[in-house]
Amino acid sequence: MADNHEMWKNLGMDLETHDQLCAVLPTAFGDVYLSQENRPEGMAFYDFVVSDIHGIRPAELIELQKAGGKVFGTFCVYVPDEVVIACGGAVTGLCGGSQFWVPEGEKVLPADTCPLVKASLGAHFGKTCPYFSVADMYVGETTCDAKKKAYEILGADKQTYVMDMPQMKRAKDIEKWTGEIAEFAREVERVTGNELTAEKLAEAIKVINAKRRALARVFAATKNKDCIPISGKDRLLMTQIAFFDDPERCAQKANELADELEQRIADGVSVFPEGTKRILITGTPMAIPNWKLHHVIETSGAAVVCEEMCTGTRYFEHLVDETQTTIEGQFQAISERYMKNNCACFTPNTGRIDDIIRLAREYQVDGVIDANLKFCTTYNVEKSSVAAALEAEGIPCLDLETDYTDNDAEQLRTRIQAFVEMLG
Amino acid sequence: MLGIGIDIGSTATKVAAVDERGAVVDSWMNPTGFSSVEAANAARAHLEEAGLLAQDHSVVATGYGRNAVSYADKVVTEITCHGKGAACLFGPDGAVIDVGGQDTKVIWLSDGVVKKFLMNDKCAAGTGRFLEIMADRLAVSQLELADLARFGKPTTISSMCTVFAESEVISLVGRGEPRENIARGVIDSVVGRVAAMASGTKGMPVYLTGGLCANEFIIECLSSALDTTVKTCPEARYAGAIGAARIAAGVA
Repeated sequence: MADNHEMWKNLGMDLETHDQLCAVLPTAFGDVYLSQENRPEGMAFYDFVVSDIHGIRPAELIELQKAGGKVFGTFCVYVPDEVVIACGGAVTGLCGGSQFWVPEGEKVLPADTCPLVKASLGAHFGKTCPYFSVADMYVGETTCDAKKKAYEILGADKQTYVMDMPQMKRAKDIEKWTGEIAEFAREVERVTGNELTAEKLAEAIKVINAKRRALARVFAATKNKDCIPISGKDRLLMTQIAFFDDPERCAQKANELADELEQRIADGVSVFPEGTKRILITGTPMAIPNWKLHHVIETSGAAVVCEEMCTGTRYFEHLVDETQTTIEGQFQAISERYMKNNCACFTPNTGRIDDIIRLAREYQVDGVIDANLKFCTTYNVEKSSVAAALEAEGIPCLDLETDYTDNDAEQLRTRIQAFVEMLG
Repeated sequence: MLGIGIDIGSTATKVAAVDERGAVVDSWMNPTGFSSVEAANAARAHLEEAGLLAQDHSVVATGYGRNAVSYADKVVTEITCHGKGAACLFGPDGAVIDVGGQDTKVIWLSDGVVKKFLMNDKCAAGTGRFLEIMADRLAVSQLELADLARFGKPTTISSMCTVFAESEVISLVGRGEPRENIARGVIDSVVGRVAAMASGTKGMPVYLTGGLCANEFIIECLSSALDTTVKTCPEARYAGAIGAARIAAGVA
């Protein structure tokens, strides 16, 4: 692995603290990932990315900047990548999935804020995430109160553009989101200095749709009841890395993985013994390196076969209509696709419950685990309606709430083991 | 074959043995102490002394110290075991409330099988630990606490957090509040918390297992809070161990 210290120093990062993070990640990854048996060969790419997660991709983004390109750091699946790509920019996910960043975040946010938001701000202000450091600007969105207010704090330190996400799904809300996308496009044009054309946007729509199709193929591989060719942990890693990677390479690697998984199904190669209980997880996102719940579940006699979350189906389901030829028509098509996503920031949000039940059937699950990060009010409040709907369908459901610390690992294990025992 | 259940809880270690028909032939209890490994060894010493290990047997371990039982043939969670034990003691359908030393569980049973469960989070509110700490603070045993509470006037202890509730109790003591009233407040707090967890059990028979099954006043308060007659029996302390023993013996 190349020595990245010079690059990190040039990015203005806190090298000493960042080294502490780099020192613990390989052990955590080894314990959780490399201990698994018979992993698909296609996972080697993702293992390689993790082995230099703060090196390879940031270096590529710096190269893009040297060539005049701009990097947009985003926090949420509602920010339309298509617009940025069409203007020659790059979109990158940002750090936010580890307890490592939380104490630093608590210096600027109340302790009773969701760990994802605390970790994100901690990574920015602690200067321990190259993705935050390399980004020319951040793009936020009003999907929860904590983020909405946190962007004010972040924005005081680096340019942060905030998209105003509608909170309902009426026709006028979709129209409003179309307007937000158009306005965001003008900002991206200004920042990149590149004009957005219908041709370029059409091309970008195809690129991002292709990425969605590729991710969907990997997910489809665990719908098969008799053979689970990839662990939930491995699939989650692929999804997490997709937020950071170049979209075309992401699609290519996911398609290669999907080819292998489809072959494994044909050959009957499963990574779990027959009769392993199949679990759908629903709830709040799991940003890299948050593998906690998947690890407990998959070492308790069950397999995670699908995630109804932003680091899951919400990231790739639904495509943008590719037939539009005018920018206005394309903005509308993009808006319609993103507004199909069922985040708990919407009211009402019955579409999410329909999604959970549909996915539970499609993936032939034995049970659903509804897990949210602490202090996430919207997902937490939605739990009772999720539980009631699943009960009515006769699908067992376990409700969990956790954060990034390890101190509840044994309590979680007891609940999850008991749930698996209950599934028979 | 003899089925042996070892339930290593945070406060007490319980052992039960059942014969192939499921009849309880032995039960034993000991404080868990600091080490679950030592608690497991003490349980084995008892089993040896009782001559149970000389017979053809199988061991199932449960409770939070379940993984410390090196001689167990199988490990099963306390939720499954309490469900199974309660179904044997009380009947196959109903809701089981287990107030343990460090957690409280509500288990929905149908046809003797766990259908759903709730467990309090890692907070000690509504658990045996809460009672233990408050009894210590008032310099009485847990049973004395309940006896005192019977004669106390309702007194509000509003903090859910055990640490804050303890400060609240100290303030009440400082204000000269009679001990009976504070004891009543403590019991009401635990019962309120447990009843809130069990609010989805309306209309079902409710069974109490775990360390509080000999605590009459708590059972009365819980019955009134849930508007039902909460049933329990002296063997209910061993429900987890009995369930584990039945699983070990392969008794349905």
